[in-house]
Amino acid sequence: MDFELSADQRLFRSTTREFLARSVPLDVVRGLAASGVGFDRQWWRRGAELGWTAPLVPERLGGGSVSDVPMADLALVAREFGRACAPGPLVTTSAVLTSLVREENRFGDLLAAVRSGETIAAWSHYEPGHGLGTAAVDTVAVPEGTGFRISGVKDRVECGDQAQVLLVSARGPHGPVQVLIAADAPGVTVTPTWTLDLVRRTAKVSFVDVVVGEDAVVQRYPGETTAALEAQIQVAAALTAAESTGAAEYAFELTVRWMFDRYTFGRQLASYQALKHRAAEHKTSLEACRATAWAAANAFQGDPIRTAEAVSVAKSYVGAVVPGLLQDCVQIHGGIGVTWEHDLHLYLRRVTLGRALYGTPEEHRRRLTDLLDRKVA
Amino acid sequence: MTEPITADLEPVDEFRVRARRWLSDNLTPAPPDQHGETGKSEASWQRAKQLQRLLYDGGFAGICYPKEYGGLGLTPEHQRVFSEESRAYEMPLALNIPTLTICAPTILDMGSEEQKRTHLPAVLRGEELLVQFLSEPRGGSDLAGLTTRAERRGDSWILNGAKIWSSGAYAADYGLCLARTDWTVPKHAGLTMFLVPVHAPGVTVTRITQVDGSREFCQEFFDDVVLPADAVLGEVDGGWETTNRQLFHERTAVGGASPYASGVQTHSGRDVSGLVELARRTGQLDDLRVREDLGEARALNMVHDQLIGHITRGVGAGAFVPAAGSMVRLFSARNAWLQADMAVRIAGAAAVTGADADDAGSGQAGQDYLLRQAWSLAGGSTEMARNIISERVLGMPREAAADRGLPFDQVEHGR
Repeated sequence: MDFELSADQRLFRSTTREFLARSVPLDVVRGLAASGVGFDRQWWRRGAELGWTAPLVPERLGGGSVSDVPMADLALVAREFGRACAPGPLVTTSAVLTSLVREENRFGDLLAAVRSGETIAAWSHYEPGHGLGTAAVDTVAVPEGTGFRISGVKDRVECGDQAQVLLVSARGPHGPVQVLIAADAPGVTVTPTWTLDLVRRTAKVSFVDVVVGEDAVVQRYPGETTAALEAQIQVAAALTAAESTGAAEYAFELTVRWMFDRYTFGRQLASYQALKHRAAEHKTSLEACRATAWAAANAFQGDPIRTAEAVSVAKSYVGAVVPGLLQDCVQIHGGIGVTWEHDLHLYLRRVTLGRALYGTPEEHRRRLTDLLDRKVA
Repeated sequence: MTEPITADLEPVDEFRVRARRWLSDNLTPAPPDQHGETGKSEASWQRAKQLQRLLYDGGFAGICYPKEYGGLGLTPEHQRVFSEESRAYEMPLALNIPTLTICAPTILDMGSEEQKRTHLPAVLRGEELLVQFLSEPRGGSDLAGLTTRAERRGDSWILNGAKIWSSGAYAADYGLCLARTDWTVPKHAGLTMFLVPVHAPGVTVTRITQVDGSREFCQEFFDDVVLPADAVLGEVDGGWETTNRQLFHERTAVGGASPYASGVQTHSGRDVSGLVELARRTGQLDDLRVREDLGEARALNMVHDQLIGHITRGVGAGAFVPAAGSMVRLFSARNAWLQADMAVRIAGAAAVTGADADDAGSGQAGQDYLLRQAWSLAGGSTEMARNIISERVLGMPREAAADRGLPFDQVEHGR
């Protein structure tokens, strides 16, 4: 993942790592969990100043990529978020930005506000009872004037209770559309929902006859909407793969240290072949996660089918492998590993969330086979 | 392994275009079902040699071998590109392991100038096949505990003992044979590597039938085989150093990451088209569970390739110790298991029954399953790979050994 980084990328990564270590060490994360807030808005603005919201945004709009491969920059940040078990709307904001920059002429002000961290925008696509599919949308968009009247329910909306703006997919008369809806618009009800992760939170959002004007319609034509949605899913999935990889990396490092420090029967845990072999398996899986998460992040500017494939490979592999790896880290720690006080559960929560959101391994495996069919056809 | 990249090397993109054109003009499409070990015949060895010769004459043999020994002197990146481009064509895959990717690179690393000039061009022209004489019937993973002996007689060496698990030895010309030359020192210190002509007087090769009915594995017996002094590869009593290079190349090759291969080995399941076809034939291509299995198999193949690139770059950049290659080896075994398991899951009853007594049909999936463990045993067991990863990559304490530091003639031996 880091063998060929430029000096700028290294600096970007180390700045992010240091800022996270200083501003959200795990006791602060625990505090945020207890406070019911999830993340601090002022803190997110400082993160935006460091460039977390910049890579996907063109330079003329205040953004910019340190490597000219925006998703590679973002994957570095996501990995650090995983290592730190950091809060914040990194994934959901990036998914929304993917779409706004496609329509930058019309959404320049919002882009600037999201870029600066001033405004939080949340990706609102999942619906109760539905998986990730781009067609799995029951929320309706009935034409009204040059805009739409929106009704329906979304769930698993990350940072839904912190966001000012929601990017909502809906079923229009001619196919899928995407619109922006202010979280405080009449007819919008946001209800925080229980989420396994203590600081990465979700909400359920219901829309009852919410009227949006033409200026809030991001995607109106079915083909374009589907493509935009696909890009959003890919960005969220790729960043989640990178984040889960970072989380697993940190947990594994913690566990290897423990294996050297902990003695039983007068020997280090690290001297038992049964445990060494498990560590070797995990190290191999982890390097495979790093390889595939990095490959996915770097696949974004190529052929769309290859991009989709690389993302689903990474998300399915990392999602399938990393939670089991974390569970084994708990096992190797023994009883201390299943206590609230130990940090491991924070990471286990994070990677379990990462497995489930933005496409389960099973969903992404089916997507891979669909792509194989497409190549054959 | 790699030469410094200089400005006068052909750019990779141009090389790719040239290779693509040449391959399409000169080679035939890959046969549909390629099994690494089953179904090798005299004709298939001859075909592999012909194909290698074709590559040599076309200027595409030994991409990473130095020019002075018949290669092209290009980079692993050129090799990777050529492997990609050649995937769709019939390639001399039978020559890769062990000739092109293990034995010849060991000669390149450790051989005398004369040995390199004698053997490497012959290998690259497809004229010479090499084999490894390492494992012994009583040896298992304790390779350095071997008891095949070579004794000095005047300017010659007299070889006695037995070796086993050498694939395709019956078709080979030379074996890289590790023998004990000093019994009074600890086990690693008294070993010497020899280049043994397979058809020399005193060498007997017998074939071993494997669980799937194939007969590629061989056992060799050495009875007073006379070797000249220049048969030593590396230093006398320095055989372990030569072996280490050889094992490094073996792990790299078995993991699928060797820069010395002619084409990509498909046996470890790099391509899922066979599984897709199996699902189609058994009418299950629309089954959701089967589609998830296919996707998983596809994902693991891609991750395998990505891991190879990641580890290769990491070792190149000094971020990993070379022993990190064992992670690729371990992963490739996992992948081979998964592909074999998926085939059995998809084929269902068709994996274990056929239309008539002789018809394996989809039962190939069942046959392959019998040989599932081969890829976690060949090239060193995965238990050894796990030891290497935990001890050399993660720095964990070494396993205890009762023979460490002990002169070999004082070491306890079982039966």
